[in-house]
This record gives sequence, C-alpha cells and structure tokens, in this order.
Amino acid sequence: MNGIRVFGESVVFHVGPLAVTDTAITAFMVSAGLIVIAVLLRSAVLDRPGSAAAIAGELAVQWLDDLVTDVVGHPAPGLAVFSGALFFFIAGSAIAGQMPGVRAPTASVAATSALAFLVFVAVPVAGIRAKGFGGYLRDYVRPNPLLAPLHIMSEISRTFALSIRLFGNMMSGQLIVALLVALAGVLVPAPMMALDLLIGFLQAYIFAVLATVYIGAAIRVGEES
Amino acid sequence: MNPETLRTIVVVASIVVAGLTAALGAVGAAFGESRIGAAAMDAIARQPDEAGSITRNLFVSLAMVESTAIFCLVIALILLFANPYITGG
Repeated sequence: MNGIRVFGESVVFHVGPLAVTDTAITAFMVSAGLIVIAVLLRSAVLDRPGSAAAIAGELAVQWLDDLVTDVVGHPAPGLAVFSGALFFFIAGSAIAGQMPGVRAPTASVAATSALAFLVFVAVPVAGIRAKGFGGYLRDYVRPNPLLAPLHIMSEISRTFALSIRLFGNMMSGQLIVALLVALAGVLVPAPMMALDLLIGFLQAYIFAVLATVYIGAAIRVGEES
Repeated sequence: MNPETLRTIVVVASIVVAGLTAALGAVGAAFGESRIGAAAMDAIARQPDEAGSITRNLFVSLAMVESTAIFCLVIALILLFANPYITGG
C-alpha cells in the first residue's frame, strides 16, 4: 500500500516559500499543450480554410456554442469559452493521466477544488454582469426571503459535490489501474485504462454541462414568471 | 484498556466500516442508475427525435446519482488511507 497515494500532494521542488507539487506541474503541462493546440487550430482556421484541422476547430466551437445555447436558452459566448476551457482541461488531464508515471492533475483534491471554486466565483460574477447587482440579489429572495439561506447552502454544497465527484471518479480510476498493475502483468490493466479514459471524458462533459447549468441559471433573462 | 488494544479496535472498525460504506453506497446508486437508464430507454423509444437531448440529460442525471456512490467511496478511502483517529498510521 506504500506506492499508492490517495490524498495529499508530493512536493517536487520549492521556489522560495512556494512548494511546487507534481499536480501543479502536470496541470501547467496540460494547459500549455492545450494552448499550443488552440493556436495551431486558430492559424489553420485563418490560413487554410477547409483543411481537416480547420474543420475540427470549427466543429468544436460550434458544438460548445450549441451546448450553451441549448442550456441557457440564448447564445452566451463568454460562457461557451468558460465551459469549453473546463471541458478541454479536464479531458486533457484524463489523457495525460494515461501516460506512464503521470498522475492526472484532476486526481488530486487540490486541483478539483480549484476548478469547482472557479465555478463558484463565476456564478455571481456572471449573474451581476448580466442582471446588475440588484437583479442578481433578487434571485436569492425568490420565491420567498425565507429561502435565502437554502439558496446559499445549495451553492456551497453543489460546489463541494462538483469537486468531490470529479476527484472521486478520476482518483478511483487511477487506484484501480495501480492495483491491477501491482497484481497482474502487462496487458491486464489495459481494459480498465480504457474505461478510465472514457470516464474521464464523461466527467469532463458532465463538469462542463453542470457549470453551464449553474452559470446559465444566474444569467438567464426573462425568468420573472 | 491499553493504547495498543484501543488502536487495534479502531483499525478493525475502520476497515469494516469502509467496506460497508462502499458496498451500501454502490447498492443505492445502482438502483437509482438502473431506474434512470430504464426511463431514458423508454423516453427514446417514445420520441426518437429527441434522442440527443434525452441522452445529454441522461448523462447528467447519471453523474448526479453516481456522485452519492463516489462520496461513499471517498469516505471509505478516507477511513483507509487518511484516518484521523489512527495516529501514526
């Protein structure tokens, strides 16, 4: 059981007082890879319209726009960018976690809490930008001011659930693969790794959809009835 | 009771409860997910045109229900790997 780490972080090196963990390093690597891919797709869309890369980029953007429009009820370009960033980061982490010796950044409570905290902060920011301060606060006293504590409780508990769900799924997948590798040879863990990758993509989609639903509920206009 | 015996009792209780937590959490989530899956199949059979939207809601509801099982799993893992009541464990 010594080789399996479920909770906690392993510090790789220190930069002054700042401890750099392996989670931070892999998260930055995933972000850098995504930025490189995004820049390549952008130049493909601008310079070589009709090529496979350009079509892939346009399909991804179209898919995100449709998803957000379906959930919110009207187009919300900023929200599509936010949800898309969440989706591609979590999916990229799932791919990175399949590499030998690399632990997916989302298999750490620190990273998933940071992602859920982003959603927690984005809800009031987007709500205030869309409806104004008073309009956003009025949502809390609807339908009755007595329910305001419950609204606040639900925002905190759903943030907690968002982070623990992602962490539990990603970490349990890695745990199963680690146990199988310790138990039996080379090819036995392969189906479980494939399942882990599938669950990673599914969780990325679910995280993005839930973030869209939460933020969409805050920015939806014309919900007076 | 000497501290060693006390510690053994806590360790045994943690292991047993961790197994029970994971098992009971899986039972509840399995029943819930089977009902969601059956209802989604029924809905797709009735309205094949809405299959895309039904499938999206199906996945989101499955994830919501499955998160209870995941919470149970995380609690079981806390009991096994990060138990606050076993000092120096």
